Amino acid sequence: MRGDAEAHQMVAPGTLAAVLQLIAGEPGQWTPIAGGTELMVAHAAGRLPPSRLVSLWGIPDLRFITTRPDSITIGAGATFTDIRNHAGIAADLPLLARAATWIGSIANQSRATIGGNLVNGSPAADSSPALLVYDAEVEFISLRGARRIPYSGFHTGYKKNALAPDELLYAIHIPRGFVSHRQYLRKVGTRRAMAISKVALGATALIANGLVTELRLAAASLAAFPTRLYRTEDALCGQHLDAACISAARAALLAEVLPIDDIRSSAEYRRRVAANLLDEFLVPLLTPEGPQ
Amino acid sequence: MSTAATTRIVGAPVPRKEGVDKLLGRAQYLDDLEFEGLWHGATVRSTIPRGIIRAIHFDPRINWSEFTVVTAFDIPGRNYIQLIFDDQPCLADERVNHCDEAIVLLAHPDRQRLREAAAAVRIEYDPLPPVFTIDDSERRDVIVWGEDNILKSFLLEKGDVDSAWSRAAHIVQGEYRTGAQEHLYIENNGAIAAYSEDHGITVWGSLQCPFYVHKSLMAVFNLAADKVRVIQAETGGAFGGKEDYPSIICAHAALLAMKSGHAVKIVYDRMEDLAATTKRHPSRVRHRTALDADGKLLAMDIEVATDGGAYRTLSSTVLSRATLHSPGPYACPNVRVRSRAWATNTVPYGAFRGFGAPQAIFAIERHMDEIAAAIGIDPIELRRRNFLRTGDTSATEQIMRDPVILDQLLDRALSESSYHARRARFAQENQTNPVKRGLGISAFYHGSGFTGSGERYLNSLAGVDVTPEGTVRVLVSSTEFGQGTNTILTQIAAESIGIDYADVVMAPPDTGIVPNSGPTVASRTSMVVGRLIQSAGTQLLQMLREHAGLGDAFTREEFFAACERYRAAHGEVVSLCRYQAPPDIYWDDETYRGEAYGAYAWCVQVAQVAVDTITYSAEVEDFWSVQEVGRVLNPVLAGGQVEGGIAQGIGYALYEKVVWQNGRMANNQMTNYIMPTAEDVPPIHVFFEEIPFAYGAFGAKGIGELPHDGPAPAILNAIKDATGVSFTAIPLLPEDMFARLAEPASVEEPATV
Amino acid sequence: MSATWPPIRMIVNGAPRKVSVPPMKRLLDVLREDLRLTGAKEGCGEGECGSCTVRMNGELVNSCLIPVLQADGASVETVEGLAGDGRMHPLQQAFLACGGAQCGICTPGMLMAATHLLDRNPHPTMAEIREGLSGNLCRCTGFTRIFQSVIAAASQSEPATSEQSSQAGSPTSGIRQWSDHAR
Repeated sequence: MRGDAEAHQMVAPGTLAAVLQLIAGEPGQWTPIAGGTELMVAHAAGRLPPSRLVSLWGIPDLRFITTRPDSITIGAGATFTDIRNHAGIAADLPLLARAATWIGSIANQSRATIGGNLVNGSPAADSSPALLVYDAEVEFISLRGARRIPYSGFHTGYKKNALAPDELLYAIHIPRGFVSHRQYLRKVGTRRAMAISKVALGATALIANGLVTELRLAAASLAAFPTRLYRTEDALCGQHLDAACISAARAALLAEVLPIDDIRSSAEYRRRVAANLLDEFLVPLLTPEGPQ
Repeated sequence: MSTAATTRIVGAPVPRKEGVDKLLGRAQYLDDLEFEGLWHGATVRSTIPRGIIRAIHFDPRINWSEFTVVTAFDIPGRNYIQLIFDDQPCLADERVNHCDEAIVLLAHPDRQRLREAAAAVRIEYDPLPPVFTIDDSERRDVIVWGEDNILKSFLLEKGDVDSAWSRAAHIVQGEYRTGAQEHLYIENNGAIAAYSEDHGITVWGSLQCPFYVHKSLMAVFNLAADKVRVIQAETGGAFGGKEDYPSIICAHAALLAMKSGHAVKIVYDRMEDLAATTKRHPSRVRHRTALDADGKLLAMDIEVATDGGAYRTLSSTVLSRATLHSPGPYACPNVRVRSRAWATNTVPYGAFRGFGAPQAIFAIERHMDEIAAAIGIDPIELRRRNFLRTGDTSATEQIMRDPVILDQLLDRALSESSYHARRARFAQENQTNPVKRGLGISAFYHGSGFTGSGERYLNSLAGVDVTPEGTVRVLVSSTEFGQGTNTILTQIAAESIGIDYADVVMAPPDTGIVPNSGPTVASRTSMVVGRLIQSAGTQLLQMLREHAGLGDAFTREEFFAACERYRAAHGEVVSLCRYQAPPDIYWDDETYRGEAYGAYAWCVQVAQVAVDTITYSAEVEDFWSVQEVGRVLNPVLAGGQVEGGIAQGIGYALYEKVVWQNGRMANNQMTNYIMPTAEDVPPIHVFFEEIPFAYGAFGAKGIGELPHDGPAPAILNAIKDATGVSFTAIPLLPEDMFARLAEPASVEEPATV
Repeated sequence: MSATWPPIRMIVNGAPRKVSVPPMKRLLDVLREDLRLTGAKEGCGEGECGSCTVRMNGELVNSCLIPVLQADGASVETVEGLAGDGRMHPLQQAFLACGGAQCGICTPGMLMAATHLLDRNPHPTMAEIREGLSGNLCRCTGFTRIFQSVIAAASQSEPATSEQSSQAGSPTSGIRQWSDHAR
């Protein structure tokens, strides 16, 4: 334990309105802390600069999951335990349900929130590829009001995002129309549990008579932040899926991703495994029955 | 199995002696101990791998008068940690030889102020060029230790290796490498020390060897034996990692306690523990092997090199064990082992379960599969043709007098694992499955107890006494750190005396109370110390029969009544026994000939792996271990030792990599040093064949280290079986497999930018 | 100094407790230092090893990652509260009988994770046991006897343990359920 508890100020206003009031008064001066699974690690390592922390934990206005006919809305304060246990998510958004089980362990899932996962902005964020291929939108809230943007535009750089200093991430909206899509998600971590992803790839696609009519690909740990692979998508969209097309897509992916060497893996490994994952998704689609 | 029928407590799965305290959460580990007026200690460490210390600057913004500050200048005795040789300073004074070497110690009542102060100490250096690898050290462009960077060397020779090559039908060469491995005990190193003029130093530590610490403190403080007292706190895992390091952290705490006048606690956090404490020696082993046309070994020429780190510490004895285990469990008329431990500018490598054997066995057991492939024999058949058998001589010309049942162990391992049927199935499935499965085996021995004359030099003393309150106590300095010392030794005492398990307890692990029964290392506790306890129990009965009228058969009440009669007439009821070597033991430290070990434990392991060709990762899916460890004293504890050792061995093979950056461990966090979790460890199937050993406690031999020796080669042999690709270095991570398994990038695939 | 911090109230193992500590003090440190409940241990300080695992409001948590302000008003269960009326919890008994504890340092956290698992899922499959305990690192046992302990406790709570889990728990069964290779 290298952090100094007394070096930090912390308040728990208890309601969303009170939190918004507080941060509107001193924009950018307060660091929101939800389940603490990221900030408390930094604190213990002595890496958390003296901070004014505002607790979002236990605020009912942020911890909810709502199902509507065409979408599911997840409050930013919903934990991954909430998400993996939600029947509607399991049925309609199986990739997200699976991603929730990747977060640390049971004791981490009970504290880690989906909002924290996104706002923290790790390139390896476990929930991001699923949200990207489900075309999620994120909703921000402040005293000025609410606004929604596509999640694909949320991350703007390494650990940077589109939130204004007086805004909180409020909710994630995910359309429900993916039941007939081919869906794929795989994480390659350092081990089976308690692992940080070295590569993760997600995909949703509609394929009709061999023609790729709709496709989304997204990756974690292959760039400075989780991202859609638009150029790889372009190599596939509107194409008849055949071996040449898959080969072109693989080349596009290898050209598009920009992973790094770090203490967990190598850039070259990440690139090649990402390409292999793409193959793993696409090759079975060549046959009529395909995977699901 | 005559002994099995005649014991009541030995051989039974009695519950762990201290188990209830651990399960209720009331066992007191070092950091749980409470002291009045306790101060905390912190360590300022070197940030460069090698250099001259020019100056130590204390930032004037800190009020240093609040702190106790200790440097090498404050050491009252000798500034060396006492182990085998004097070369590792307690605190660096003139120079540093590795990153994270301790230079300044600080104490203060408040841990946060202490952290701020530690950050305000700046060391000024003249850097010197460092050496980080065996290969660099061996080149000797830079000399970092002695005159030639060699910390220790051995030469073992049997027969005439040089003349064998010309007669060989096959000559097979190979080079095998192993990396550092971190113990990753879940409880970090820690110590508390107190000092007074009258009583001298008392330290409480998370440690394996109270008398190692005792000896070191006597020298560092120039104090008599009775002015140093070392007490083991409940210890949360050790695996060798608390064999030598506690001598350092206990001395640090004691220096601060003496100077400050307060009890001082130093508990490392995980990052400091990972960066600053010992790890398993990296190794490079080269084999050149001659075989005849039938696949029988003619000659083995072996070169063992280990990375010892910056100081000698235990590298000589680790190298010795590596040397003696490097030829594997095979009969060969001509053997030469040349071994060297090389100095580098990293944290000194230390004891870790297996102590050189896992490195040596990785090499020989991988090499056997390489030989088999090279000469076109099944690897199992190759081993069978060359196994040591009863009456054969080992590489040290030790005659294997006790039964050697490797064939039986192998047969059992093959049948329990359905080896042949599985392999046939995998051969079929692998043709179409992107996941390739394979099976691999390893066969090996582990010498029990200290090497050669070691046990005679140790001259251990152990025994039992009976308290006036009516409890039999086991008197040993042998410690419990999860492996079962408390349970096994009290089982042995109860069995030997003929009383209930519940009537026997361990005396406190306190050098002021217990005799020196030697260090708790080298798989020696059950076999060697246990034997002393068995004898002490017999001797106690004899005393009570001769002097206190105890009958041949007796009840519990009669036994304790006799003890009280003895006490009234003779004083303390205590029975101590000193180690006596078994007869016909001969060992020559110079030529490395003779009885290298009093006994050997034997093992055959089978690993089933799955290699995913999409992610280039290997997982162990199933594991079988068949061993002969003499008599099994407690089947639950013995099984737990084997399973735990195998899990560590799986980590050693496939997950656990120390990432070095300029001589410093860069991944010194649990998030980034990857050990197997509950989801990664496969089902482990453990089988014992029992042949009681005449000189071990109730027939026991050593068990603790054996299981860690074999998983790595079995796993890499299985990967070869699955993929056809030979890997020769561990840890073998997916990134390493990728380099060999991935097809070369095709032209349309651009390189990484 | 400490009197200046606003009070934090918790129910710890059923008993109301009040402490005045900095709001960013970790729940683990409050338990160990202020309440002298030293069963929960610090092994890593980063939520990785699980030796500080406790339950808070019925959820399994790493107490090293919880600022105590977020535990204000919460009900906290630690290993010290598992045994009751002089009787060990069935899991504690099973760990003792099966060899689920060796050095014991991970044991308090492991017991809390196992308790949490069985409370929610009295008859877990082997895969569920592995997942439920995957946040608790044990360096001694290789986990095998911990799994057996959990299975033994599960079958003790209700005799009709499913064939599947009892088989999978046997050290000689060879069953490992890699249900989803592509995860």
